[in-house]
Amino acid sequence: MTAAALKEPGTKQLLMGNEAIARGAMEAGAGVAAAYPGNPSTEVIDTLASVANDLNMYVEWSVNEKVALEVAAGASYAGVRSITAMKQLGLNVALDFLANVNLTGVKAGLVLVVCDDPSALSSTNEQDSRNVARALDLPLLEPSDPQEAKEMTKWAFELSEQIGGVCLVRSVTRISHSRGIVVLGELGKINDRAFFDPGCPPYTTIVGGGAPKYHKALHDKLDTVAAIYDSSRFNWYEGPEKPRLLIVTSGSGWLYSWEAVRRLSLTESVGILKLGTTWPLPRVLLKDNMAKVQKVLVVEEVDPFLEGNLKGLAFEWPEKDLLFYGKQSGHIDPFGEINTDIVSKALAGICGVEYVSREADYRKKAADIIERFAPPRETQFCAGCPHRGLFWAVKDALRLDGRGGIVTGDIGCYGSAAGPTGFSQLKTMHSMGSGIGVANGLGKLERFQFVQPVLAACGDSTFFHAAIPALVNAIHSRANFILLVLDNSGTAMTGFQPHPGTLTDATGSPAPAVDIASLCRGLGLPVEVVDPYDIKGTTEKLLSVLGGTVGPTVMISKRECALITSKGGKRAYNVSVTSEQCVGESCGCDRFCTRVFRCPGLIWERNSKKAEIDMAICIGCGVCADVCPHHAIRREESQ
Amino acid sequence: MSLRGKDPLNLIIAGVGGQGNVLISRLIGQAMVSEGYEATIGETFGASQRGGSVTSHLRVSRDHKYGPLIPEGNADIILGLEPVEALRQLALCGSPATCVVTNTRPIHPMCVAIGQAEYPEPETIKESIGRLSGKAWYVNASQIALDLGAALLTNIVMVGVLAGLGLTDLRPDMFEQQLETMFQNEKLALNMRAFRAGLTYDFGKPEK
Repeated sequence: MTAAALKEPGTKQLLMGNEAIARGAMEAGAGVAAAYPGNPSTEVIDTLASVANDLNMYVEWSVNEKVALEVAAGASYAGVRSITAMKQLGLNVALDFLANVNLTGVKAGLVLVVCDDPSALSSTNEQDSRNVARALDLPLLEPSDPQEAKEMTKWAFELSEQIGGVCLVRSVTRISHSRGIVVLGELGKINDRAFFDPGCPPYTTIVGGGAPKYHKALHDKLDTVAAIYDSSRFNWYEGPEKPRLLIVTSGSGWLYSWEAVRRLSLTESVGILKLGTTWPLPRVLLKDNMAKVQKVLVVEEVDPFLEGNLKGLAFEWPEKDLLFYGKQSGHIDPFGEINTDIVSKALAGICGVEYVSREADYRKKAADIIERFAPPRETQFCAGCPHRGLFWAVKDALRLDGRGGIVTGDIGCYGSAAGPTGFSQLKTMHSMGSGIGVANGLGKLERFQFVQPVLAACGDSTFFHAAIPALVNAIHSRANFILLVLDNSGTAMTGFQPHPGTLTDATGSPAPAVDIASLCRGLGLPVEVVDPYDIKGTTEKLLSVLGGTVGPTVMISKRECALITSKGGKRAYNVSVTSEQCVGESCGCDRFCTRVFRCPGLIWERNSKKAEIDMAICIGCGVCADVCPHHAIRREESQ
Repeated sequence: MSLRGKDPLNLIIAGVGGQGNVLISRLIGQAMVSEGYEATIGETFGASQRGGSVTSHLRVSRDHKYGPLIPEGNADIILGLEPVEALRQLALCGSPATCVVTNTRPIHPMCVAIGQAEYPEPETIKESIGRLSGKAWYVNASQIALDLGAALLTNIVMVGVLAGLGLTDLRPDMFEQQLETMFQNEKLALNMRAFRAGLTYDFGKPEK
């Protein structure tokens, strides 16, 4: 990218929210950016990495979110503005350090961007990170569109320096992954004289009066912030002088509310207080606006965060009679993302006006058509995905072993192995690296007559992120399991960011790679390396290891992601179905290749009732040739 | 039928991961921005790399900034890169006035491959789209793209088809300018050919 790059100040660009956040950091003169990839936050650092060399920034894909935040803090202590960006689940990883650095403070501006994922469009939960701002007393900003995301990020560095603390910018998928017009500003100047003053008091709470003293100082900082927030340009009121209802909204809720009020023709009676600064509460501003009304509707994603906090504020104001509507009143669901329709419905209900999005019979017809003719499109492994071959081998090996073996795992493309695309092999799937931790527990149950084999799956990027401590734990505790490292040469799920095992860094420069097999052997572990495209070989190797040892062992399934292969253009094999060999529905296989193996490169042709290769999708891995029980699929090495 | 002057203009691009949905949402959006419009694009691509649906909501206005999701019933145009995805988005966001322009080549979801569901017949899809929309156009854009040398060009062919229909204020030259900023050399020539093949597509001729 590019659009946020070094274009002329004053020009208008159609930027993604995450690109706009990155541009804000560039305009603020941030010198260091560090993060672990995770959707919907990834493009912030992707963008900065693409301009790092031109701007003389230091940008890294860190091993995990905690290290990324620590890298950013290091830069801040030496006077260099820094930024880190993570998804909501990544924030949990960084929380331990964050819950210290909030107290000890920072020097140069440090901005932590967290991108929440309402409706969990690319996540395993939809937690609302604003609660962390409140729990840790961090100033919180919520942009409502890409332009504001840029301005807020830039300003967050100034606020961070003014109070000497971390600032949290909370985006959501519909801001991070939406595009809007952004007017570019001047690029900021990076401090190129980094210096950590050895004479400064230490950044810790254990000297200088202890944590409670730092805690109080943090509360004093928040009082300063609240006063600044009262007159912030990121908050405004729009609507009649004397509204009958006040909407208080933040982030993505602003434009949904604005449109809903217009759709229902309520501009004469409903006003909107749009907040960009949501913790600490801009108390004076809120009281001034709530004084206009008896009814307040709060519109926000995901938790009733503002709603609860506003009620707390109202409790301190007993002479004022206020009725609150929102998620706690049941007018808006406290889960899932919101949109204009949801806000319209809530608003119509409270104001007693009619809201019909579409005529009832059209809606019914549409629902019926979806049900009958629009089959759902579940996620699946891509054509030629190495994970398909591996989980096929795992399925076969565990069946042949016969002791009811199970696979624990975690998030990553391979998480889909909990579903039909991975033959439902994955039985636990939670946070990064959690499969190995869970396997540590299962692997110590021999005294309770537990005899089932345990396999723990993790990706190569996850191995570095969170698997190593659990693996070391297993060595010391002699936990019985096989660690399967699904090494596809990059952080595939988020767009192939490098990790410590790859030969390049975030900016594409050569970097030393940590070899997973050598690292495991260095820990004294037996290591096998298999090719998941070789189903037979992988199954046999798995079976032999399953037969075996006490304590953890490692098997590395090594094959680069099929998307890298497909983009490289060269297919290993030309794959075809020999029409005479494929006996179609009269074969006893019951459509084995498409129904059971499920590679999207294979289709069952409706008319001929035989298998075919979809040449627009097949990447030529040739694995299906080994799966067809009738040997009807042919692979020939491509020239 | 014309949507010229419609404000906001709400366009949905419906497709499957890997079809270049996000690229053409940017292409159309940037073309409108260069003419002085406000534009917001909401992109849903969380599952794009693993065969999931990918949807872009494009909202264009002369005066106002709109949120990234088109409300139910407010889609003016559905540009389909895959026919069932076009039907799905029409049913979710369309109205009896919605225009549909879609590629006809199916990409089977996994539930069809494994025999849990049937992919509807082309005639069933057309009939269903007909029941829910104001007007619809069908093009085998994948075939046109394959004839030009790459299935990947399907998205640009469809943008050409949209421009050729003259439904909106978007002029062909606006797209061509954007293509020139997005691509260089051979890639530009190839994308330009794809765009023009769509632009000059003759709906009078029987489909291949």
